[in-house]
Formats: sequence, C-alpha cells, structure tokens
Amino acid sequence: MLRLILSRLMAAIPVMGVVAIFVFLMLRLSPGDPAAILAGDAATPEAIAAIRASLGLDQPIWQQFVTWIGELAQGDLGRSVLSKQPVTHMIADRIEPTISLAIVTLLFSVIVAVPMGIVAAWKQGSLLDRGIMALSVAGFSIPVFVLGYILIYVFSIRLDLLPVQGFTPIGEGLWPFLQNLILPTLALSFIYIALFARITRAAMLEVLGEDYIRTAHAKGLPDRVVLTRHALRNAAVPIVSVIGIGFALLIGGVVITETVFNIPGLGRLVVDAVLARDYPIIQGIILLFSGIYVLINLAIDITYVLLDPRIRY
Amino acid sequence: MRSRNFRSLASLIGLGIGLGLLAGAATDATAQDKKVLRMVPHSGLRITDPIITTAFISRNHGYMIYDTLFAVDDKLQVKPQMVDSFKLSDDKLTYTFTLRDGLKFHNGAPVTPDDVIPSIKRWGERDTMGQKLMTFIKEMKAVDAKTFQIVLKEPYGLVIDSLGKPSSNPCFIMPKAMAETPSSKNVPDEIGSGPFRMVKSEFQPGVKVVYEKNPDYKPRSEAPSSLSGGKVVKVDRVEWITMSDAQTATNALIKGEVDMIEQASYDLLPELKKSKEVVIKDLQPLGMNYMLRMNWLQPPLDNVKVRQAILHAVSQEDYLAAQVGNPEFYSVCGAMFGCKTPLKTEVGAAGTKKADLATAKKLLKESGYKGEKIVIMAPTDINSINQLPLVSAPLLRSIGMNIDLQSMDWQTLVGRRAKPDPIDQGGWHIFHTAWGTADMMNPVVNAGIKGLGKEGGWFGWTEDAQIEKMRDDYAREADPAKQKAIAEAIQKRAYELVMYVPLGEYIQPSAVRTNVAGLLPSPALALWNVEKK
Repeated sequence: MLRLILSRLMAAIPVMGVVAIFVFLMLRLSPGDPAAILAGDAATPEAIAAIRASLGLDQPIWQQFVTWIGELAQGDLGRSVLSKQPVTHMIADRIEPTISLAIVTLLFSVIVAVPMGIVAAWKQGSLLDRGIMALSVAGFSIPVFVLGYILIYVFSIRLDLLPVQGFTPIGEGLWPFLQNLILPTLALSFIYIALFARITRAAMLEVLGEDYIRTAHAKGLPDRVVLTRHALRNAAVPIVSVIGIGFALLIGGVVITETVFNIPGLGRLVVDAVLARDYPIIQGIILLFSGIYVLINLAIDITYVLLDPRIRY
Repeated sequence: MRSRNFRSLASLIGLGIGLGLLAGAATDATAQDKKVLRMVPHSGLRITDPIITTAFISRNHGYMIYDTLFAVDDKLQVKPQMVDSFKLSDDKLTYTFTLRDGLKFHNGAPVTPDDVIPSIKRWGERDTMGQKLMTFIKEMKAVDAKTFQIVLKEPYGLVIDSLGKPSSNPCFIMPKAMAETPSSKNVPDEIGSGPFRMVKSEFQPGVKVVYEKNPDYKPRSEAPSSLSGGKVVKVDRVEWITMSDAQTATNALIKGEVDMIEQASYDLLPELKKSKEVVIKDLQPLGMNYMLRMNWLQPPLDNVKVRQAILHAVSQEDYLAAQVGNPEFYSVCGAMFGCKTPLKTEVGAAGTKKADLATAKKLLKESGYKGEKIVIMAPTDINSINQLPLVSAPLLRSIGMNIDLQSMDWQTLVGRRAKPDPIDQGGWHIFHTAWGTADMMNPVVNAGIKGLGKEGGWFGWTEDAQIEKMRDDYAREADPAKQKAIAEAIQKRAYELVMYVPLGEYIQPSAVRTNVAGLLPSPALALWNVEKK
C-alpha cells in the first residue's frame, strides 16, 4: 500500500509539471493584457506600457516562465497582478467555502442517493423504482441556477427561513455555517443525487443477479443483510469511482452555485481571475486543482483495494 | 404499529423544533445593525491604488480612505477640502496653500506638505488633467508644516480645478512613503487621511472590503455637498459585499441582507420597485455617456468622410433603447462635455442625434470606400455596453459598409484596442464604451478629444494640432465665459473630424432600503453623511 501511495505521488510530479507548462503557455498565448486591466479604461497606451514593464510582462515568455518556475520551486505561487496579495493567501481565504460546500454536498448526496439507488434496484420495476428514476431524470435536467433561484424564492424570500447569500466560516459557529450552506447544498446536490442514485441502482442490479445473492437469500438471510453486506459491498467499486469523480468535479465546478448564492469560493476566484487575466492566480489555482485531482484518484485507488482484496496494483 | 406511530410523532416533533430553530436563527441573522452599512458595489474592489488605475471602484475606495485638497460641490464648484485657505500671487504664478488644522493619516502621523507634494507628483504622472497641470508647474515646495506652494511657469487657469477634479483620477493625498511609489506600481499600503479606515484584515479582493469610521477625522464645518463640505461619518462600519449576480443582489436587498445596491440592474428595477422597503435613487447627477470610438490609424477610418458617414448613420435613441431600455433612465445628448455640466453645448451635434442615412450613404460614396472590412469589437460579458455593437453592425451595413462583428470578452478587447497594428495583425476599427460624465466634462479631462495621435492620445489615436492648441488655450484661460467659448469651438472641431461618436447619456440608478438616509448625489460614491434609521 505504501509503495502504491509513494509511486503515485512520484508519478504526480511530471503530471503537475506538464500542467504547469501548459497553463503558463496557454495564458500567455491567449488574448488579453493584465496591464491594460490594471490601468483601467481611461488609461493611455503609454501608461499601460509602463505598468506592463513594471510587472515584467514585457520580458520574453521564456524569461517569465523561468522566473515563475523558480518561485514555484520555493513554494511561492506569486502575487495577484491586481490586488498584489500573495496567491497562496488568496487561495487559503477562498478554499474553505468551496471545500465546505463540496463536502457537505457530497455527504448529503451520498446519504440520500445510495439508499435511493439500493431501494430502486431492490424494487426494480415498481412504482417506487420509477419514481426514483423520474426524480433522477429531473435532477439531471434542472440547471443548478434555476433550482437555486427557486429555493431562494421559497425559503428566503417567501418563508424567510434562510439567508439569500453569503458564507460563514465554521469557526464562527456551526449553525451560522450550516445556515448559509443549506440552500446551496440542496441546489447543488440534486444533480449528484441523481447521478449517484442511478449508478448505485445499476451496480446493485448487476450484483443482485449473481448466484451468491441467490444463495444468501436461500440461506434465509433478511433482505437488509443481503442488500447491505453482500450486494452493496460488491457493487461499491463503481459507486466509489463516481463519488470520487463527483468530489473532484465539485471542487472545480461549483462556480455557478457560488455565484447564485454569493459564496466566495475558489470557483469565483478562478473565473474572476480569468476575466481579469490575473495570471498568477489562474496558474496557482489550476495547479491546486490538478493536485487535488491526483490525490482524489489516489484515494479512489486505495479505496478499491480496501473494498475488493482481489484488486492489486 | 405502536412503535411506528411513535417514530412518526418523534419525527414531526423533530421537524417542528428544527423549523423553529431555523426561523429563530434566521431572524437573528437578518436583524439590522444600525451602525453597519452593507452595500453591493458596482464591481469588486481588487486594485486599492486609486492612482494607478482609472477604475471607478478604486476611485470610490479612494474617497473612502483618502482625502483631497479640493473637491466639487453639488454645483460642480471646486471648494477647499483638506486646504484651509489659499492665495494666488499678483503675477498669477504662485499659489500658496495652507492645510487645515488636525489633518492626520490613519497611522496617526500629521498630514504635511512633505506628503502632499509627492502625492500631487504621482497623480500628475497618471491623470490626464494632472499631466497637463504638471507641464505648467515650475516647482512645488514646502513653506512650513502646514503650508506649501505651487509655482507655475506661466499662468494656468485650471490649477484648482485640477486638484479638485472629482473623478478618475482624483488627486488623493497619501503619506510620503506611499506617494513616492512609482506611478506604474501599486502603492504598498492603504493609509489615508479620509473619513474611513480600511480594515485590511477583512479585505478579500473581489469579494468584500470593510471600512470603519476614522475617529481622528476632523470634518469641515460646512454642510456636506457632493464631494465637498463636512464629511461626517454616521455609521461605525461600511461593508462592500460584491455580488456578481444581479438577481442575488436584488434578493439580498429585498430581504434586508444588504442596505443598498450601488448600481441596480435595469431589468430588475420592476421587481425592486414592488418592495415597499426599497426605493430607487439617482445618485449620479452627471450620469454616464456611451461612445463609439474609431481607430484613425486604420484605413478606411483614416478618411474623415468615412467617419462622417458613420456619424450620420447613428441615431442615439436606437442605442439607448437597446442598451438601457427605459427612457426614464436615458436621454439623447450631443454635448461632448455632458448635458448637465457648465460646458454643455450642442454645437456640431446634429449628426449624432438623429440618423440621416441618405447623407451617410452620400458621404460614404464620396469617400471612395471600396467595401473594405470594418472590424467592430463586441464585448459580450459587460452588460452595461454589450448591446451597443449589436446596434452599430446592422446600422453600418445598411449604409453599405462591410462589417466584421467580432465577439470577445472585455479583457480581450482592452488588450486588443491598445494595438495600433493593421487588421490582419490583430488590429481593430471600432469599439464602444461608456464614460462617466465627470471624466469628460471639460476639454482637458475628456480623453476622447485628445489630438495627440500616437504620442499620448487615447485608443483610436485621434490626431489634430488645432484641437491640441485649443485644449491648451482652454487650460490657460481662467475666465469661465471664455473657457466656454473655447470648449464650443473644440466640440465643433471634434465633430467635424469625428473624434468619437457620442451615443447618449444615461444614469445607472441605485436601489436603497428605505431606512437608509443621507446619501449624497455626487460624481463618485460618497458614503459619509449616511445613516440607518
């Protein structure tokens, strides 16, 4: 196991290197000029040129790359072109809302979706199964922002139960933290509940047709035991894969939810940075995302081994 | 059965308690603190140096934490602000300024001429009006701890107007150490002497910025008027909470989670007006202006007849209706220096106010235009201007122009418009933008009528020696009547050459909770004097 972890971590280094080079070049080759954005709409071309020089953006690309890689090797992601704040500081400020939303959404989705998928498979063809699958189709079909606005209208504007927007760090109290996360979690988890429920149902249906399940039933084991101890464990590998991928998608893809509920997370940070061509922030966040993807994939692989001893790497 | 009933009952009780807690906690959370003003600004603050950038959000931040030597009142008259008194020598070459008593920076240090002089110098490197002023200044020197002098090479009529200019970039006064930062670099700190202090520990660029009342600030004794007078702070704390989604901001205002939206979205105004606790206000007395800007370096727009054809094809009403929609918030205006300013004049403006397609076609034919491609850059991500190119494209096609409408994001546009290169190397012909009237209200600040070409002109590189001479004449003139006559001549010339095409004036209304009082209409956001009742 340790060898697996170490070898995967070592393999991540060239992956991150390729990501770094690719991101750097893509940004430099795409249109837009951070100096023009910093100078403002009414600035003269001369003023923009002076700012470009002060930012080092007038230097050859290879020279800029060497400077950046040199800083990166020392753990320095640089400073925002616009605000001059360290990128590491900005990421640290914005990671809690995103991670909180991702984890709470993932937990809620798994808690709701996996039992739904199990029940749908167990009662295949029943009204319950069809109802769950219909809900799943709705989950895939309704855009997050539409659901978000509906939830805000009902629970915030009409019923006055929950805040419209914002984020409160968990350090300021569990209830304020949860209060701000309830609606975004509901909005965001709908699609993940749909996804996880469908995958769970499909994986369970495959396993429920196996001989050992029939044997378990023949031994007189109750349905609950057959479903959870025998079927679910063997159906878990594809479910865990999808949950892992779902978490990775959540980390990098919650920008719409963050916008609708005004959550100051990484999604909004990276979109704002792209719109402002704030190169150091974009580079830093994409490197962070790629690192998270590597770690999530590693975690999924480890989970496979734990769930199914037949799997070897 | 009994067990199932018990579980159901327990679930219901649990749900009831949960909902009760939810309601109670939500009430607590939305309870308004009368000493905290929460506002959704028009964009997120990222650049805290109001001199390096012309961005309005940074300018507004500047007015929170910095102060100015002079400032305009609600009649656009320039009044002393940090300055207590000043006098001009008989030869009109030496201005002597005395600072008010009790001026202190947020770090406790007194404001002295040693801070003021480098602040003026740094601002003078960046700002259009400052640059012009600096060309007339022979020297600036401290006389004592409260007094400094500006000595001119020759008499200059706009010294006080320049130091009190209200919009990007105002001459904010910073501590010496900050003011000595090169003007191409961000200042390293946020220390001013203004009515608010920035709470740096709570600053999240693009998300939230917090200000607290500056207890050391000594307001002037006069009543507040626009950006001048007594800046009395009536709340303890101001929070700017950026919301990139207009619907979310609207919901938050209706629910009372914020107290005002600096610039409400036009399409959501009906929803805001339905709320009995929200009022719509016009806090920008001067408004904003749309413009169509052409690149004089690119054929065929180097031909004045082609530019005149475009001018005659335009009808401001079409643009305003498409972009703003509600006539309550826009007006046709041909005055290049604004329709609510002392220099308002409609001289030469007939072409832009109502389309005359026959004349436009005739001029285009006379120009010798041979169907060359005209590239219009169309920003898709800026809601305040994204309809303008979509009006221009069919309009110009209708007079026979070969239009290439290229969609892009605004940042691509601002990067590309700085390129004077030919079209096949990424150049451009036309872009549209919007300006605050305060930034175009006289011939010196209005970058659109600069005639400097590639030697200091704004994008589009309009070049005309006659205009430049008249701008200099205006700057030297101290008599308002003569200034107005020169401004009229400049506008006439600017229209003849079509330095840009004004597309009309509009206001961006604010939405405010009814319990918020004391907001001052002004060219920049003023949050002193504001209280919550």
